[in-house]
This record gives sequence, C-alpha cells and structure tokens, in this order.
Amino acid sequence: MERVPILKIGDILLVSIQLDMSDQTAVQLQEDLAERIVATGCHGVIIDITALDIVDSFVGRMLSTIASISKVLDAETVVVGMRPAVAITLVELGLSLNGIRTALNVERGMELIAAAHADELDYQLDDDPDAETATP
Amino acid sequence: MALSTEESGRFAALLSGQDERVTTRWTEIVTSSLRGRLSQAELRRQVQDLHRAIVSTGEQGIIELSADSAAELRAALSELSRGRARQGFSATETTVSIFALKDVLAELVQESGGPNALQDYVAFSKLVDEMGLFTFESFVRTRESLIADQAEQLLELSTPVVKLWEGVVAVPLVGTLDSARAQVVMERLLQTLVDTSSPYAIIDITGVPAVDTQVAQHILKTVVAARLMGADCIISGIRPQIAQTIVALGIEFGDIATKASLADALRHVLRLNGVETARRQPRRDA
Repeated sequence: MERVPILKIGDILLVSIQLDMSDQTAVQLQEDLAERIVATGCHGVIIDITALDIVDSFVGRMLSTIASISKVLDAETVVVGMRPAVAITLVELGLSLNGIRTALNVERGMELIAAAHADELDYQLDDDPDAETATP
Repeated sequence: MALSTEESGRFAALLSGQDERVTTRWTEIVTSSLRGRLSQAELRRQVQDLHRAIVSTGEQGIIELSADSAAELRAALSELSRGRARQGFSATETTVSIFALKDVLAELVQESGGPNALQDYVAFSKLVDEMGLFTFESFVRTRESLIADQAEQLLELSTPVVKLWEGVVAVPLVGTLDSARAQVVMERLLQTLVDTSSPYAIIDITGVPAVDTQVAQHILKTVVAARLMGADCIISGIRPQIAQTIVALGIEFGDIATKASLADALRHVLRLNGVETARRQPRRDA
C-alpha cells in the first residue's frame, strides 16, 4: 500500500498529497499524522494539494477530518496550493471546506501558522506576567 | 447536380473558345454591380482566375462541384468570397459576381444557337447556381469566424487583472457581466492569484452598469473560490444606485468586505497588511 510522506520543517509538519487518495491511504495518513504530531509536538500542519486535479467530497471530508484531529492535538491545519480549476469546481458543487484554513502556497501557509502561533504565545505571555521575566 | 461529360465539354469549349470576350463581359457586369468599389483591374484578375479554374475543371470531364476534380474551382470560389467578406461587401454583392456568368452564358448560347441550346443553358445555369450557393456559404463561414474572433478578442480585452501593490491585485470590471465573461474573469483572477501568490484581490465594479442577482451570484462565486484557495477578496466601486439595488434585491454579501471606492479598498488591504498610510500634511509657505 502507498503511503503519503510526512515531512517535518521546524515547527511544522508538511504533507504533500501526490497520489489519488483511497479509503486506506486516507485512514493511514490520519493515523500517521496524529502520531507524528504527538511525537514531534509540532503546532502546525500544512497539507499541499498542488498535485491534485480533483477534489471531491471524499477528499474534502478527509481534509476536514485531518483538520479536526490536528485541532484536538493543538496543531493548526492549513491547506495550500489549491488549483483555480479545483476551487471553481468546489464552488459549483456547493462544497465548502468548513473549518479549514487555506493559503495560496506553502510559503504563505507557513507565515499563516507562524502568525497564529505568535498570537497564541503573546496571549500566554500577557496571561502570565512571570513568564516574561523567565524567558527574556 | 453534375453536368454530363458532353455538356461539360461543350461548357468548357464555350468558355475557352472566346475567353477574352467572356472575361471582359463578365468583368463589366460585376463592375457595374459593385459601383466602383473595387478597381476594374482587380475584378478582371479575379474573374480571370475563376474562368481559368472553370475551364481547367471542365477539361477534366464531368463538372461536379463537390468532386475532387473541382478542388481548384472550389478554392477559387472561396478565395473570392473570403476576400469580399473581409472587405465588407454584402452577401448579394459577393454572389452577384458569380451569377454574372449566367448573363454571359446566355449571350454566348444565343449566338451559337444549335439544337441543344436551351437544354445546355438550363444545365449551365444550374451549375452556376451551385457555384453561387457555395460562394454564399463560404462568405457566411468567413463572416462567422470573423465575429467569433472579435468576440474572443473583446473577452480578452475587457478583463485585465492588474497588480496594485505587492500582494494585491485588482480586477476593474467594465461592461455587463454575463456568465461567459464571469467565468473568464474568475479563471483569470484565480490564475493570477496563484501566479503572483497575492493573498488579496480587489474586484472593482465601478464599470458594471447594473447588478442583478445573477451578476451578484457570479461575484460571490469568485470570492468563495478565491477564499478556498486562501486569498481574500474585497468588492469596491459600489455606486449609490447599485447599493440600493443590492439591498432591494435582498442580496447578502455576508462577511465579504465591500468598499465604496478602489482607494478605500486598497487602504483597507494595506491596513490589514500592517502598512501605515498617512495623510501628508499640506505644506505651508512661509
């Protein structure tokens, strides 16, 4: 069975989907990703779908599930590289990827996660005044 | 509708026997029908080309316009009608050039007399009719392809995507937005977002004369598609009447940012990007 590779870049896990997803591959990817998030303690997941010509309801649901799983494990999910044709098809079909953040490319996706994570850190620092002195 | 071998033979003989006279008379009739919009020399050249094509087809035996042997004749006819269509002549003015051959033939047949004169003339004019129809058809085809080309060019011209700032592109929509144009605008905009990796797009509808539910639907679809790809759209250039129409029609733009002018939209995007815009103080002369 084919597996989707998961790459770690700094604080982010990068998943680039290059093959047609089947039920098995999708389930395997969800398991692998959950394990890797826990093992690495990453705070961001980027799913690159540049290579996908077709995004149907199945792939849409898979992306939603992955986003939900990552959310539970405190990692932000960003879907990047959706092609114009794919976006138009999704709109025509009336499918909306609820609860999924999107970015134009991997670079923008990384910026988005970095920004979200920075907000969180700021919030924690504000919340706990001692933390600022502890980590200058 | 083909001429028999004998008829074709007589036809070719009739035309080639007095070719100088045929072409001169033919040119005369065509010139008078076009009222001097083409020079006599040019018409003469066209008529000579046609004449040559007809004679050479006739010499090969049966004249049948759809047969392989008439390829040269067909080429000459479509060349003529293409030329006329591009020069802006009407369909009548184009086909009259072919039908003029009938008058010439009538004169020739009358002179030569002979037992089969009437039969021959009927057969010949059927062939000329067929040639006329063929000319008319290729005239229409040329016109249609011209119109299609122009429509395509118009579509290309009317939907530019311009870069306003680093990471900000704008689509100034001008003219009525129908489904075909909306599709082109959507595709062009989304492709530009990918190519320039711009996270913001401004759709300016100052030039759109009316916004009905369908136009709004097209714009909304574009915005949703851009969002799916990870870019944000702002709609700008909403004129007072259009704002009233939108509210009267009950169109909901939801959480899509709408601004009155392109400048406001750009300022909004720059603020989101963290770029400071400041009004410059008017300089005071001492």
